[in-house]
Amino acid sequence: MDFSRRAALMTSAAIAASVNAPEAALAQETPRRGGVMTVHFATEQRILNPSLQASTGVYIVGGKIQEPLVDLDAAGNPTACLAESWETSADGLTITFKLRQGVTWHDGKPFTSADVQFTAMEMWKKILNYGTAVQLFLEAVETPDPLTAVFKYSRPMPLGLLLRALPDLGYVSPRHIYEGTDIRQNPANTAPIGTGPFKFMQYERGQFIIAERNPNYWRNNLPYLDRVVWRVISDRSAAAAQMEAGQILYSPFSSLALSDLARLGHDPRFEVTTKGNEGNPRTNTLEFNFRNPLLADIRVRKALAHAINIPFFIENFLNADYAKPGTGPIPSVSTDFYPTAPMPQYPFDRAMANRLLDEAGHRRGAGGVRFSLRLTPAPWGEDIALFSTFLQQSLQEVGIRVEIVRLDAAGFLRTVYNDWNFDLATGWHQYRNDPAVSTTVWYRTGSPRGAPWTNQYGFSDTVIDGIIDAAATELDPAKRKALYADFVRRGNGELLLWNPMEQLFLSAFNKRLRNYANTPRWGSSSWHDLWITS
Amino acid sequence: MLTLAGRRLAASIPSLLIILVGMFLLLQLAPGDTVDALMAQMGGGGDAQLTAELRAFYGLDLSVPARLLNYLWRLVQLDLGFSSIYGKPVATVILERLPATLCLMTASLSFAFFFGLLFGVIAARRVNGWQDTVISTLGLVFYATPSFWFGLMAIVLFSVHLQWLPAGGMESIGEGFTGIHRVLDIASHFVLPTLTLGLIFLAIYLRIMRASMLEVLTLDFVRTARAKGLDETRVITRHVLRNAMLPMVTLIGLQAGTMLGGSVVVESVFSLPGLGRLAYEAVVQRDLNTLLGIVFISALLVILVNFCVDLLYARLDPRIAKETGG
Repeated sequence: MDFSRRAALMTSAAIAASVNAPEAALAQETPRRGGVMTVHFATEQRILNPSLQASTGVYIVGGKIQEPLVDLDAAGNPTACLAESWETSADGLTITFKLRQGVTWHDGKPFTSADVQFTAMEMWKKILNYGTAVQLFLEAVETPDPLTAVFKYSRPMPLGLLLRALPDLGYVSPRHIYEGTDIRQNPANTAPIGTGPFKFMQYERGQFIIAERNPNYWRNNLPYLDRVVWRVISDRSAAAAQMEAGQILYSPFSSLALSDLARLGHDPRFEVTTKGNEGNPRTNTLEFNFRNPLLADIRVRKALAHAINIPFFIENFLNADYAKPGTGPIPSVSTDFYPTAPMPQYPFDRAMANRLLDEAGHRRGAGGVRFSLRLTPAPWGEDIALFSTFLQQSLQEVGIRVEIVRLDAAGFLRTVYNDWNFDLATGWHQYRNDPAVSTTVWYRTGSPRGAPWTNQYGFSDTVIDGIIDAAATELDPAKRKALYADFVRRGNGELLLWNPMEQLFLSAFNKRLRNYANTPRWGSSSWHDLWITS
Repeated sequence: MLTLAGRRLAASIPSLLIILVGMFLLLQLAPGDTVDALMAQMGGGGDAQLTAELRAFYGLDLSVPARLLNYLWRLVQLDLGFSSIYGKPVATVILERLPATLCLMTASLSFAFFFGLLFGVIAARRVNGWQDTVISTLGLVFYATPSFWFGLMAIVLFSVHLQWLPAGGMESIGEGFTGIHRVLDIASHFVLPTLTLGLIFLAIYLRIMRASMLEVLTLDFVRTARAKGLDETRVITRHVLRNAMLPMVTLIGLQAGTMLGGSVVVESVFSLPGLGRLAYEAVVQRDLNTLLGIVFISALLVILVNFCVDLLYARLDPRIAKETGG
């Protein structure tokens, strides 16, 4: 820690005194150089290289050290990072990136198109999760000169899809470090070398990671901070206490308990907000196993949805600041794809639920029970645990007995997506800027058995498969949007999956930070403009 | 004495083997493997070929008996294998984590033993007096309080409000302390965890010590000692204490193992990089090699502590050495 406890106390007092000052006063502050950013790192990862693993747990560290070709600006539009400009051919088969000049790796070697070529072909296409699907039809990356990378596709690649995918799936790794090695075992995986504003220094497993300011960063005179320290804190209550003690300044991605977040939100020293997480929306899911003949009947699926009072659940268990009723697999923050026309919905209507179940021939038997189902909730997220209990009690009201089967992460994925040993499952669908990245796989037929968060539900809907395939290669943005509206209409209409809620992650910030949460994927971004008041 | 030790060590080898094989099979029963756990961390999006490659990479493509035999064969060669979550040899991973656990264990055991002894003696000497009532009540409170709650409350009081002690971690990061400053810094990080882990055991020790003292005080040789005209302090220290200590020493041996387990909670609450948290992580991530390695090392530790306890018995009560050593 670079600041004493006394100083921390005095600053928090000063901030407490200045909370009533108008926001405009803050905007005029001149950024202060120096200081250490301390971050809550809840779950240790096996690797830290975001070219090899696409997950928020990796971006929160690796995203400061390595950089993507394209990032998102404050409005959520693709903006230049390591690539300065891009263009596509009319047939969508060739996409050309002009790279930034004068960028060097942390070890001093120049960054060139050869790095992009190597990373795209060897990492994004072969190893990176979601990357392998997005780059499935990438044939080659040509490098006519050190600052030009030409992506060649065998099927049309919509430029919009690629640009929305690249902020997460477009991190570049140094070719000279990885070429000719076993990529999975390369030491740089846990000691990453990048072009970003911070240089990796040290990783003590179970304790902390340190990255120092990169003095040769291509954005002149940035970053402001001297150092970023990630502290490994697995206990959520302890993390909240460290937040209060000033040992950490930022806790990302809803890593604290909901009750602690609510408490910190009322403390003038902290801000608890969904800002900066708009790029990582998620929908809650209710997944049906169609192999169970009860659930293959659409009347039963509709009855289940009608039996759940979502607004009541949000009001009483979550908070309307970050959760709202879902309308389909595409969350409302995705302005490029969120359907404008109303889509089929299943609002709370217990009488309707009872009627549908009666119609389907499931009369109430002894004790008012129609039939029993097993519900397997995902173990991540407090909201899922709460929601599973709420589902159980709500379904009891319409005569369905629910047995909850709780498993840990590995057990959940194996049981639901590989063994298919469930009736209902509930968890999260993470939306990644474009439905083609991680959304349509929940519906498309043909995912290999065992692939998590894909269609392992035993249904095969040729209509929705057709829409998904057409949208994946449609080059006209307006037509793509229309196709994804059809996708939601079909998915909701047949109720293949139910998306009862959509949510944004909550972050907790110490208000000594400046320029925080200023982009939609801020937790993953490079923090080159972040600074801390003295 | 040494024959006894040898016998003890020989007897512990089969139990160690049973523990390891049992653990291996038990973890096979848990649904999902380390690649599933990795997928959960990745958030999905891995295609079939990728997962097949990963399973081969982690050696999961072999049958269960083959993997078990492989493991035991490597163990005979003193090779604990490779950790899938840490990407390094298990022995290295455990060695990195051992210091924190050993520090915590030694500190809490010493704390609990010393103060348990002290308060036990005081309570026994003033039995049914106000000192006894206060000590016994406090002991009950410490014993009944869950350690995670106690730890969190200690953090809230001493770290958040009073700001006297750090809220977590093993040392200050990036301060570059050396020598005595580093030792003091680390010590300050261990104060709260030691208290949290030690208090429950302190409660047990003081009750055992009190009961044991009260029992010994009624024995004939104590009356003889008093009749000889020895003063009360001499009677307590020379005659009673030594005999009353035996059950305490037995407890230490038993609780060395419990403490390794109990430290999972304390290590998590105080973000200490110890073996308990490593074991928890290994189970969640289905990192079989690491988990078995920890079981192995912990078992060795427990055997070692019990060995020391046996030696200590012989010192405290020469009859034991005579009976078994002869």
